[in-house]
Amino acid sequence: MLAAEGIAKSYSSRPGRRAQRQAVLEEVTLRCAEGECLGIIGASGSGKSTLGRILLGLERPDQGKVTIDGRERAHRDAVSAVFQDYRSSIHPFFTVRQALLEPLRGKRLGRAETDRRLEEMLEQVGLDGSYLERYPHELSGGQAQRVCIARALLTGARWIVLDEAVSSLDASVQAQVLELLERIRGMHGIGYLFITHDLEAAAFLCDRIAILHEGRIVETLARGRLGEARHPYARELLALFRSGLGTGTGALNADKEGKG
Amino acid sequence: MKRLQRLLSDRLAAASLAVLAAILAAGALAPWIAPHPPDEVDMALRYAPWSLDYPLGNDQLGRCVLSRVLHGIRPSVLYVLAAVLASAGFGTAVGMAAGLLRGRTDALLMRLCDVMLSFPGYVMTLAVIGVLGTGLANILLAFILMKWAWFARVARTAVQRHADAGYVLFARTLGAGRLTLLRRHLLPACLPELAVLASGSFGTTLLQVSGLSFLGLGIQAPHAEWGMMLSEARQAMFSRPEQLLAPGFMIVLTVSAVNFLSDALQTALDPQAGGPRQAAAVPGEPEAAAAAMLRKEAV
Ligand SMILES: Nc1ncnc2c1ncn2[C@@H]1O[C@H](COP(=O)(O)OP(=O)(O)OP(=O)(O)O)[C@@H](O)[C@H]1O
Ligand SMILES: [Mg+2]
Repeated sequence: MLAAEGIAKSYSSRPGRRAQRQAVLEEVTLRCAEGECLGIIGASGSGKSTLGRILLGLERPDQGKVTIDGRERAHRDAVSAVFQDYRSSIHPFFTVRQALLEPLRGKRLGRAETDRRLEEMLEQVGLDGSYLERYPHELSGGQAQRVCIARALLTGARWIVLDEAVSSLDASVQAQVLELLERIRGMHGIGYLFITHDLEAAAFLCDRIAILHEGRIVETLARGRLGEARHPYARELLALFRSGLGTGTGALNADKEGKG
Repeated sequence: MKRLQRLLSDRLAAASLAVLAAILAAGALAPWIAPHPPDEVDMALRYAPWSLDYPLGNDQLGRCVLSRVLHGIRPSVLYVLAAVLASAGFGTAVGMAAGLLRGRTDALLMRLCDVMLSFPGYVMTLAVIGVLGTGLANILLAFILMKWAWFARVARTAVQRHADAGYVLFARTLGAGRLTLLRRHLLPACLPELAVLASGSFGTTLLQVSGLSFLGLGIQAPHAEWGMMLSEARQAMFSRPEQLLAPGFMIVLTVSAVNFLSDALQTALDPQAGGPRQAAAVPGEPEAAAAAMLRKEAV
C-alpha cells in the first residue's frame, strides 16, 4: 500500500521571503493499493506535478508523510516514474540501451543476461531489440514514451507515477500507449498513479479517480461511479465532458452507458 | 570509445587532432629537437634565407627561426592551454555548484561573476601585472582570474536548463546523488557548450599573451614566443616580410586546429548535431503507420 497522509506543501512566491508563501497542496491524503491504478486529475496549477514529485520522493512535503507498507522514505525501490516531456526524458546523448541500463546499474548481471532482459522488456512495450542503439532524437514521441515505460519497469518498482505521460502525444498514439499501460498492468501487477488533466484518459485506465482542486483532493470516485460526484468542482468537470469537450475514444461514454 | 571513433571519422577533426598533437609533442621536446639554441646570436647570418643548417632561415639577430618557433610552443601553446583548462575547470565547478544548489549560494556566486565580468579584461590583466610584476606566469594567472566567470555563467545556465529535465528527475528517483548527477548526466550535456567557449578563449588568450609580450609585459626579450617573434619581425615588415611568415603561420595553424577540433567535438558529443546517423531515416514506426491508417479510415 502506497499512502500519502496529510501532505502539505507551499512555495515561497519570492525566493528568500518567508512571509509570502503560496500553498500548493493542503491536507492531501490518498492511498493506492498494490496493482491499483489511481487517477489524479485536476486543472493546470492545481498541484498535480508537485504531488507526483512528493510521491516519488523528489521533494519533501512541509507536513505529512508518504509511506509504503507503513514505512517512510522507501520510495527509491518502490516507486518509479514516466514524465510528460518525451523530448527530455531520455538523456540526449544516451542510446536507448544506455538509458535502459540506468536502473540496472549496480545490479550484477552478465552481458548476455542484460541484453536478454532489455530486449524482452522492449518487446513488452511494443518495440524490439533493433531500437537499442537508437538515440532519443531518432524516436517518435510514442516510441520514446514506450522506452520510458520500459525503463520504469526495469527498476522493479511496484508503482509508477505517470505525470501527464500521454498528454503530449497525438490522440491516436495516446490511445495506443494507454492500451499498452493497461496490458502491462495485467502482466506485471504494477500500480499506477496516473496524473492527468484528461478525464477521459483517466476514466479509461483508472480504478479510482481523485479530483484535485486548488491543492486539495475534493473527491475520490470509483470508475463506474463518476456520475455520483457531489463536490461542485467535480460536477463541473464532469459536465464539461458530457457536453462534448472530450473527444476521441469515447471511454467515458461507455462508462456512462454501463451505468444505465 | 564510440565518441572517439565518431570524432576520428571526421577527417578535418582527425587532422586537427594530429596537428595539435604534433605541435604539443614538438613543444615538449623542443630542447632536444631544435637544431640550434633559440637565443644564439650570429650577426653574420642576419636575415639569411633558408639553408640546410637553418631550415627556416635566420632573424634580425641571426638566430635560427625554426628553433625559436619550436621553443615558442611552450609559452604560446602549452601554457596557454593549461591556463584555459584551469579557468574552464574552475569556472565550470563554480557554475555547476551554483546551478545545482540554487538559492543563496547561487545568488552569491553569480554576483561575484558579475563583478568579475564587469572589469574590462585588459585593464584587469594590467592591474594584476602591476601588482605581481611582469612575466608569463602572472599574465596567465590574471587570465584565469578573468575568464573563469564566463565558464561559470555558461555552466550554470546549462545546468539549470537540464536540472528539471525528465532524465535528471528519473536519475534522482533512482537515488542518484548530486555528484553522480553532475558526472554522469549534467557534465556531458554541458560539454559541447563549454568546449566551444574554451576553444574561443584559447584563441583570444594566445593572441593576448602575444600582445602583452609585444608590450614587453609578458615573456622577456631573449626568450622565444610567437607573438614576440611577430612583433620583432614587424620592425622589418616592408624590407623582410617573409620574417612574419613562420610565427604568423603557426598562430593561425594552432588557433584554427583548436577551433576545428572543438566544432568536431561538439558534433561527436551530441548525437543530434548531424553526423552519419542523422541521415538514416526512422523506418517502420508503428505509431506513424497506425496514425496514417486511422487518417485514411476517417476520410
Ligand atoms: N519549485 C517551485 N517553486 C515555486 N512554485 C512552484 C514550484 N513548483 C510548482 N510551483 C507552483 O505550484 C503550483 C502547482 O504546480 P504544479 O506543477 O504542481 O501544477 P500542475 O497541477 O502539475 O499543473 P499542470 O497541469 O500545468 O502541469 C503552481 O502554481 C506553481 O506555480
Ligand atoms: Mg504538471
